Amino acid sequence: MLTSKEVNIILHRLACQLIENHLDFSNTVLIGIQPRGAYLAKRIQHLLENDYHINNLQLGFLDITFFRDDFRRGEKTLEANKTQIDFLVEDKKVVFIDDVLFTGRSINAALTAVQSFGRPSEVELLVLIDRRFSRHLPIQPDYRGRQVDAIQDEKVKVCWSEKDGEDAVYLV
Amino acid sequence: MSELTVNHLLGIKYLQKQDIDLIFETADHFKEVINRPIKKVPSLRDITIANIFFENSTRTKLSFELAQKRLSADVISFSAAQSSVKKGETLIDTVNNILSMKVDMVVMRHSHPGAAYFLSQNVKASIINAGDGAHEHPTQGLLDSYSIRERLGEVGGKKVVIVGDILHSRVALSNIYALQMQGAEVKVCGPKTLIPKYIESLGVTVEPNLRKALEWCDVANMLRVQNERMDVNYFPSTREYAQQYGVDKALLDSLNKEIVIMHPGPINRGVEITSDVADSQQSVILDQVENGVAVRMAVIYLLASKLQQ
Repeated sequence: MLTSKEVNIILHRLACQLIENHLDFSNTVLIGIQPRGAYLAKRIQHLLENDYHINNLQLGFLDITFFRDDFRRGEKTLEANKTQIDFLVEDKKVVFIDDVLFTGRSINAALTAVQSFGRPSEVELLVLIDRRFSRHLPIQPDYRGRQVDAIQDEKVKVCWSEKDGEDAVYLV
Repeated sequence: MSELTVNHLLGIKYLQKQDIDLIFETADHFKEVINRPIKKVPSLRDITIANIFFENSTRTKLSFELAQKRLSADVISFSAAQSSVKKGETLIDTVNNILSMKVDMVVMRHSHPGAAYFLSQNVKASIINAGDGAHEHPTQGLLDSYSIRERLGEVGGKKVVIVGDILHSRVALSNIYALQMQGAEVKVCGPKTLIPKYIESLGVTVEPNLRKALEWCDVANMLRVQNERMDVNYFPSTREYAQQYGVDKALLDSLNKEIVIMHPGPINRGVEITSDVADSQQSVILDQVENGVAVRMAVIYLLASKLQQ
């Protein structure tokens, strides 16, 4: 669906859109949603720091496993990932970063989970892929890389070179 | 591997190495959770847990209750002293009555070895053994290993000596199983009267001399002398016990390496260890207590996720 070049262009655009709204990021923190949002968050951070010379960016990673609403409802035990947030979000502008927005349930869980770290003044959502017509909850992204219409049993797979060997997005 | 191989935690004996690894990895996440400004997650909001303690407990009961509350479970606690057990009700009846109030999980401490196993065979709930007589105390065994892993990086290959009242100790047995499963070497040390006769059949060696034991080990787990379980005198006097098997700062400093000192609590200060040892940098006693909550959260979370919806 997207090649490495297209992913790169989109990342630059998203970074610029973030700068437009947050200027020097003095009161803004980025939070990658574990596990897959962490890769995107690191990329955005890298771009902002190296290409746009934003210093002192605060980046954290939030695991939402224990806040999910499907505990004991699936076959498998939900496996946790590492949460690493070394700052308080009290009165900060928080930008959640995730790779794919689908039902909105992960973001719903993330909204609850982030409250453990304080009361943010504002929360925004950045996603690389926004799957339309599949939301279970009234949650929409503030920054979106690409909007796609995928039918229910299709799966959007985002690959990152540091994990999967290439930057690409597939519909499988 | 994301699921326990068991539906109850009755003893370390019934676990496999991969279960312990999974519990520790999950506990790492919960340890991070309990150090947040808000120390609570909503995972178990639809689970009810009964803590049934037929024997006294402060630390274990508090630790379990806190772990359950941090996971948002509903908790009912009861001590046998104020219960119908005193009126002659059987164990199965007592627990079944509690379960008919829609309880999903039972944490039980009982003075009879095998009580938790017996219960797991006879009632429909997930059972966690919080100590059954002188048999096992699995969550303590787990949190002790977890604390060693945290302090020394790993448990495998480490040398651990368990000192003191091995005979009456459920902590000793759970520790031996847990440590050996993870590849640690275990010695026990204590007066001959407090070492069970066939302990070598578990694959541990006995070292009657405390200094030799400490010189050998990386970690010393100092058990409490359980006066309340002693029907006869197992040693001439507490003073003599402290002289032979108590660790003081002078002894610790005279060793050629820094060993880790553990104690499952409650400490008889001046008997098993002196105050300056208990409060020293080498002691991980308070870390054990903190880790206890994280490890118990992990056990409860993993068992709860196997409960039928």
